[in-house]
Amino acid sequence: MATLLETSRLDKSFGALKATDDVSLAVDAGEVHAVIGPNGAGKTTLIAQLTGELAPDRGTIRFDGRDITGLPTWRRTRLGLARSFQITTLLPQMSAEDNVALAVQARSGSSFRFFADARRDTTLRGPARSFLERVGLAPVAQTRCRELSHGEHRQLELAVALALQPRMLLLDEPLAGMGQEDSARMVALLRSLKSELPMLLVEHDMDAVFSLADRVSVLVYGRIIATGTPQAIRDDPAVRNAYLGGQGG
Amino acid sequence: MLLFLEQLLNGLQYGVMLFLLAAGLTLVFGIMGVINLAHGSLFMVGAYAAAAVAGHTGSFALAALAALAAAGGAGLAVEFLVIRRLYDRDHLDQVLATFGLLLFFNELVATLAGRTPLFMQPPAWLGGAVEIIPGVPYPTFRLAILATGVAVAAGLAFLIARTRLGMLIRAGATHRAIVGALGVDIRLLFTLVFALGALLAGLAGLMAAPILAVQVGMGEQILIATFVVVVIGGLGSVRGAFVGALLVGLVDTLARAFVPGLLKQVFAPTTADALGAGLASAAIYLLMALVLVFRPRGLLPA
Amino acid sequence: MPAPLASAQLPATPPASVARRRVVLLAGCLLLAALPAIAHGAGQPFLIATFTRFVIYAIAAVSLDLILGIGGLTSFGHAAWFGLGGYVVAIAAFHAQDASTLLGWGGSTEALVVWPLAIAVTALVALPIGALSLRTSGIHFIMITLAFAQMLFYLFVSVKFYGGDDGLAMQRRNTLAGADLRDATVFYYVCVACLVAWTTLCAAIRRSRFGMVLSGCRQSERRLLALGYPVYRYKLVAFVLAAAGAALSGALWANAARFVSPDMLAWVKSGELMVMVILGGTGTLFGPIAGAFVLLGVEQLLSAWTEHWMLILGPLLVLFVVFARRGLWGLVAGER
Repeated sequence: MATLLETSRLDKSFGALKATDDVSLAVDAGEVHAVIGPNGAGKTTLIAQLTGELAPDRGTIRFDGRDITGLPTWRRTRLGLARSFQITTLLPQMSAEDNVALAVQARSGSSFRFFADARRDTTLRGPARSFLERVGLAPVAQTRCRELSHGEHRQLELAVALALQPRMLLLDEPLAGMGQEDSARMVALLRSLKSELPMLLVEHDMDAVFSLADRVSVLVYGRIIATGTPQAIRDDPAVRNAYLGGQGG
Repeated sequence: MLLFLEQLLNGLQYGVMLFLLAAGLTLVFGIMGVINLAHGSLFMVGAYAAAAVAGHTGSFALAALAALAAAGGAGLAVEFLVIRRLYDRDHLDQVLATFGLLLFFNELVATLAGRTPLFMQPPAWLGGAVEIIPGVPYPTFRLAILATGVAVAAGLAFLIARTRLGMLIRAGATHRAIVGALGVDIRLLFTLVFALGALLAGLAGLMAAPILAVQVGMGEQILIATFVVVVIGGLGSVRGAFVGALLVGLVDTLARAFVPGLLKQVFAPTTADALGAGLASAAIYLLMALVLVFRPRGLLPA
Repeated sequence: MPAPLASAQLPATPPASVARRRVVLLAGCLLLAALPAIAHGAGQPFLIATFTRFVIYAIAAVSLDLILGIGGLTSFGHAAWFGLGGYVVAIAAFHAQDASTLLGWGGSTEALVVWPLAIAVTALVALPIGALSLRTSGIHFIMITLAFAQMLFYLFVSVKFYGGDDGLAMQRRNTLAGADLRDATVFYYVCVACLVAWTTLCAAIRRSRFGMVLSGCRQSERRLLALGYPVYRYKLVAFVLAAAGAALSGALWANAARFVSPDMLAWVKSGELMVMVILGGTGTLFGPIAGAFVLLGVEQLLSAWTEHWMLILGPLLVLFVVFARRGLWGLVAGER
């Protein structure tokens, strides 16, 4: 399978701390690739470099064969690399539908249009509603974002990312802070997307990772210590030692 | 060349005065996250107190005491009544409330002291001039300002680097929550820092009173220059404030002294004077724009 | 799309408050229209000139709200655009009066020429300044906009040819398509028309695609970047638009006072404009109009009562900020 996203020998240090240490990672088209690792392993720093919020000290990031290492965040999104945030970064004073419509708008050409009422624009609102339906948020479409529950925020994050119609999703702990029921629903949703969209999934929830991912990379102290199928990772003694040991294997 | 040396000293002297103000402003911002437009008013209050007391008693020592007491007292009152309520607010609210304070102080001073500028003589023992190099006299008082400013900067550096209060200030600037969690009375820390800033502003006012006209509005003029200093140096950074203050002091003074002359090489004298004055006034803002283009967070960010 | 679109068009605010807002807006428009008649009725026709100034400031306040309230960009140098617009008009009149030229142009006193010119020149100056200022954010942005405004302030102080410190007087008001603007009531309605047109335009912009992006920038710039918006460009366009609105206001002011001076660009003026916006309610566009009327009205009343009115106004401002969490528009129209 062709490689869609690829990092090569990525380094990022903060003072003496090596947050990302020689990370080479490849996500194939059609694959769900999970990155797991204990707290402080450098997952957040890795995501920030992939999205362009942090510049790596060394190394390159390629997306669809193109070097995107120096590109700003918004250009990466335009190339089709969409992300969800771990800590919800929705627009609090806008409705759920507004949030998704703004993503639809981002895909639909120039936003330097100053006169027509964007809230009455069916070319934005129609698709926005269908994405909300897809994640199960149609009933709260008109609710202001800050009044939604945590679980709804996570779902909305996903709807916004989908509305960008990306070629690949970067999911930063999409299950963080969710209850069991919400989690199960989100996992089901992600599984239904699996055939359409390649994903890079950074997640704590082991059950979810092992049930969704085609391949898993394990990040410890900024280094990838193993990459393989969920089964291979489960059986890897180095991984068990560094990471899974505490869970009693 | 001699003129240049003199202007250089003037620039440095203006620079250390700016530093006294910038240090307070940047500490208050760095630690409390409050932007205080009334900081220049404390400077003005200090200058007025000094000029008024010196005028009545003729004693520089009493004037100095009055300047520090007035600025410190006004600072404490402002912190207690207003700033304290603005810690967690939007910068916009802070700008607005302290803008109200500034209007108030201007009018208060105008009501109490009138609108005609006051003038103050430097004390007799600093009134003369010394020859910095043979044949070049320079006012002793200005040298004293320079020396005091450098001494205060050194004292501040010591305070911040070596004392417990300084440790809290450094920690507070970056990790406010952690300092709170250490069991430190954060309110007291804020009040202390604010009072320190007010005292430094009062000291600057005392120094400025004998060399500038003491008048309503003097606070704003220097406040805006202080903003430029703080932005150039990097908000919240005392070292940055020092570097920025000297840079701004030098650039402003040298530009005023030499730009009109340089323009006369090209333009007619009247045009050159007018244009030169404008360009010289704008020089520090140009400097700031340049710094921000290359270092948006200032030269030495905190 | 099978989804029912009717419900998609429901605004996020409940209908009751929409109705209330409309009533308040209508009442405001009627009041603006009736002010000259009221002034005449009260036997105080000179008040028309006072209200004209209120209206002119309101235009500048609305334009500041476009970036400050909607875009979340706290510009502390907005008076620079107000002053620049005024100066363009006064300088054009200056050259028309003494038959001299500026870069080969003989000046003009025709509003339809010089007002758009004031807007265009100001926008051209605001473009590079905005481009530089917007490299920063937060408190840095506040300070750099202040500093650039000071730069322009000193520029006009130093240009002695156009009066420098002393300012520049205009012999008479501009003509509008040949018609005289000398009549106070006519000029008042011209200013009101400008206010209504500008506010309507800003309200349309707020609802537009551009406005949605701008509002998004205020709420979370990070999100907008992740959506693929180059937010810098949107903020820059908003900055220039806001400057253009203030320039219109300044052009009107030059006509109202027949005089411009560097004081128009003074930073205290920028502060006053911010007060108007916040007093009225940030991001509401209509609120700042009320804010302008209330602030200037209070100033007028206090100054009639005591010379030291700022002793009262200053603490009033502080109290307002400390205790009122939403502006006048929120209290009256129930928005936000």
